[in-house]
Amino acid sequence: MTEITPALITEHGLSLEEYDRIKGLLGRDANLVELGVFSVMWSEHCSYKSTRAHLRKLPTKAPWVLQGPGENAGVIDIGDGDAAIFKMESHNHPSFIEPYQGAATGVGGIMRDVFTMGARPIAMMNALRFGEPSHPKTRHLVSGVVSGIGGYGNCMGVPTVGGEVNFHKSYNGNILVNAMCVGLARTDKIFLSAAKGAGNPVVYVGSKTGRDGIHGATMASAEFDDASEEKRPTVQVGDPFTEKLLLEACLELMATDAIIAIQDMGAAGLTSSSAEMGDKGGSGIELDLDKVPQREENMTAYEMLLSESQERMLAVLKPGREAEAETIFRKWELDFAVIGITTDTNRLVIKHKGAVVADMPITALSDAAPVYERPFVERAPAQGKPAYDKAKPVLASLEKILGAPDMASRRWIWEQYDNSVMNDTVQHPGGDAAVVRVHNTQKALAITTDVSPRYCRADPFNGGAQAVAEAYRNLTAVGATPLAVTDNLNFGNPQKPQIMWEIVAGIDGIGAACRALDFPVISGNCSLYNETNGEGILPTPAIGGVGLLKDVTKMATVAFKRDGDVVILLGETRGHLSQSIYLREIEGKEEGAAPVVDLAAEKKHGDFVRKLIEAGRVDTVHDVSDGGVAVAVAEMALAGSIGASIGQAGLPDAIAFWFGEDQGRYLIAAPFAVAEKILVEARDAGIIVAELGKTGGDALVIDDSARIAVSKLRAAHEDWFPRFMAGEEIPLTN
Amino acid sequence: MKARIFVTLKNGVLDPQGKAIGHALNGLGFPSVGEVRQGKLIDLDLAESDPAKAKASLKEMCEKLLANTVIEKYEIELK
Amino acid sequence: MKSAVIVFPASNCDRDAATALESLTGNRTHMVWHQDSELPSDIDLVVLPGGFSYGDYLRCGAMANQSRIMGAIKAHAAKGGAVLGICNGFQVLTESGLLPGALMRNAGLKFVCKPVALKVEETQSVFTRKYDQGQTVTFPVAHGEGNYYADGETLDRLEGEGRVMFRYQNNPNGSARNIAGILNEKRNVLGLMPHPERVVDPLNGGTDGRALFHSLIETLS
Repeated sequence: MTEITPALITEHGLSLEEYDRIKGLLGRDANLVELGVFSVMWSEHCSYKSTRAHLRKLPTKAPWVLQGPGENAGVIDIGDGDAAIFKMESHNHPSFIEPYQGAATGVGGIMRDVFTMGARPIAMMNALRFGEPSHPKTRHLVSGVVSGIGGYGNCMGVPTVGGEVNFHKSYNGNILVNAMCVGLARTDKIFLSAAKGAGNPVVYVGSKTGRDGIHGATMASAEFDDASEEKRPTVQVGDPFTEKLLLEACLELMATDAIIAIQDMGAAGLTSSSAEMGDKGGSGIELDLDKVPQREENMTAYEMLLSESQERMLAVLKPGREAEAETIFRKWELDFAVIGITTDTNRLVIKHKGAVVADMPITALSDAAPVYERPFVERAPAQGKPAYDKAKPVLASLEKILGAPDMASRRWIWEQYDNSVMNDTVQHPGGDAAVVRVHNTQKALAITTDVSPRYCRADPFNGGAQAVAEAYRNLTAVGATPLAVTDNLNFGNPQKPQIMWEIVAGIDGIGAACRALDFPVISGNCSLYNETNGEGILPTPAIGGVGLLKDVTKMATVAFKRDGDVVILLGETRGHLSQSIYLREIEGKEEGAAPVVDLAAEKKHGDFVRKLIEAGRVDTVHDVSDGGVAVAVAEMALAGSIGASIGQAGLPDAIAFWFGEDQGRYLIAAPFAVAEKILVEARDAGIIVAELGKTGGDALVIDDSARIAVSKLRAAHEDWFPRFMAGEEIPLTN
Repeated sequence: MKARIFVTLKNGVLDPQGKAIGHALNGLGFPSVGEVRQGKLIDLDLAESDPAKAKASLKEMCEKLLANTVIEKYEIELK
Repeated sequence: MKSAVIVFPASNCDRDAATALESLTGNRTHMVWHQDSELPSDIDLVVLPGGFSYGDYLRCGAMANQSRIMGAIKAHAAKGGAVLGICNGFQVLTESGLLPGALMRNAGLKFVCKPVALKVEETQSVFTRKYDQGQTVTFPVAHGEGNYYADGETLDRLEGEGRVMFRYQNNPNGSARNIAGILNEKRNVLGLMPHPERVVDPLNGGTDGRALFHSLIETLS
């Protein structure tokens, strides 16, 4: 019997106090296998021990929410017996070590979380953060991550329809790869993970188990240091071919009524899926590891339980249905094995080579996992309005901003993703939100991911609220009713009080916005310890939003469509330049107060704009965010290849007007008669609106004086990314 | 018996991957690298012990599946 | 017109092809499993759909080509039956020898998904008769291995016999002579890398693919 020493405990990522707790729960010392099991189940990644206390405060309910946080993914009712199932998840640490496989397996993992609930995945999105472009690793990471996402998603035949990418030096040592998956199911055919009842067969399906990724969950819960390069063997390799077969086989089995519960094997593999299923179902589980399909020889119990081999699912079937299930999985050429049985002992009992090698109460593994109220030190929001040169020419700055790393066209990325497979993509990458039709109906889902990390650092509460507000605006701008949020919270070390403050305030801000906007959180993921040698990332609570268009033909896009449309700016502009893209890119300053979000105004403006689109009165809408009005108008001109002649309205300071990042604003372009009515209705509703000018021509003209050709803006916008990547490594894949 | 198969592009078929690898090596400080061609290496464990029979089998495998003889050629090595 | 769509392990545009056909013919399409030895009776059109059959492992389409159903497909083609190979389907057809040449890795080495302009070079075929000669159409491509290769002699033959059906206006993958789609000698088997089934419904961004299916429906019904 291996002696459990303090060194062994810390090596497993547990504290000595945590081990004492484990000892108390077991009534004895743990053995090595049990220590391994607890180390992954109580890791930050699996247990959310630093964030659970605060995540509880988030609003998770609404009449259309069928399943909130707590399952593999969240579920919303989208009418007519249809449900949308979605979640966003991170794969940050593995992607830094091996970008292709880290990103690929991130995609695979989130897809499994969605189809394990009975949903066919219909769309993918991703939120990526990389270090500064000048950092020696950035190109390699961008290239690898994008290839990996494409390599896995394209093979699965699920369209990748959008996302966001930021570059910032705070991510130099810790990139962020957050993958979001949206799937469709029928409301009466949702599969949960609660393994209720004793005496039911536990079956293993998918790929064989190898030694991949052992302690991947503990790696996700740790910071990097200079020794992290040696962690390379723990990165798993994905096989999207097998996952596609697994998806089809699972959906086929789900069409029968043979399944009681099903869960994918993700972080901490067999251990977490069996423990979670038993925990939710209030039952026990007994597994015989001799029955587990193995890829390597002489695997130990420890290795099998902790393996993170990909493309595997665990299911509990009704007794007698094993043969029926096996036929389906064999047809799809997948491994199938009955590896255990549910019991009424509420314990997880593991047998190997005829002996019991682990025996733990299931509640100890999940429910009794520690919940920490980590200390935090409140930090007042950043204040101030940094100085800037008010005489800088607006259009020259606009051109520079459009070619900045955070603002340039991401075409280099999204042309590597199949965005139209499944034949339901109605709005492709490049707009405010992706729009994917609900197959064979007139409905469509709108999907977006948003967050502004620079705001979150300046003001974690407002930054959190702003992320939700921007998602809300992006969904509204295409004509969708925002329905629910999945959050991927990426932060540094929670054991540092100033970081914990960012987490607590960020969650509070998200909660406030979700409440005000009727936009509940139904699923999510936390990734903490994103620090290298003590340097942490910008707080990055990524928000994935999903909304519903009841009639896909009543949809708006950002592109100007006609000459002579009136361009309307809806919402108040005070010229908030602090923490703006303008200030950073043109003046080199990342300072000042973050813009405040007026949640009541967001709702009011959003409802007003959405009604216009739903009524078919407008077809051209864009929300105003990074870079302010100037950038938003330029984006509309570029998308439609039509220029515009616009003028400052209401503010004397040109730069503040054109580049301020006040929240709650939209641009609408509509023919004269329609526009006039909108202006009247908005004013009657107490909404500030301004007529900016008219569309037409082949240039952007400001105040009848400064002029820049749309083609010149396009060159600035499209050139940066391909030029930057031209120094890339060859993707040596397949 | 173990066998090793090398599958490479036929001469004259453009190899954009090889070209990219060559450029990358030149850029990494290996200016002496000229043409580069990338191929595949497939290792097999065969139950067959007779070398002649094994070679014949392997040739058939190459012709049928392992190489696309429109654009690829192959070499068989028995260990 | 009765159509069948072959489903290989990890085909993923099979449903897309079926929905396109069903929306235009009003008939249900037969989905045929790769391990079947026969096609359903009286099939007019066999479609080998896009996707990543066998993960594109070893070579795209190489293992799908060894499927049991390939015998029936070859027999159907030999009898003059229409066969349409889209993207991965085109790759399978070249691996099988039903079409000449091979599809290799894109010259730019990256997967490419975007709408591309194609010139309809030949309207003397059951697949393209409803287009105008020389018409420019837009279909999306979505592939990492769409670089068409054949030796000089084969290419000359294809051109000389009017068997180049679609040609890229802005070559996205390095294909020889900008070839996007070709016909076999008997003119009943078409393989092309772009996806006509994705431009049948205006909501998806275009309808240029309709004429291809209408050509088939008119001739074969």
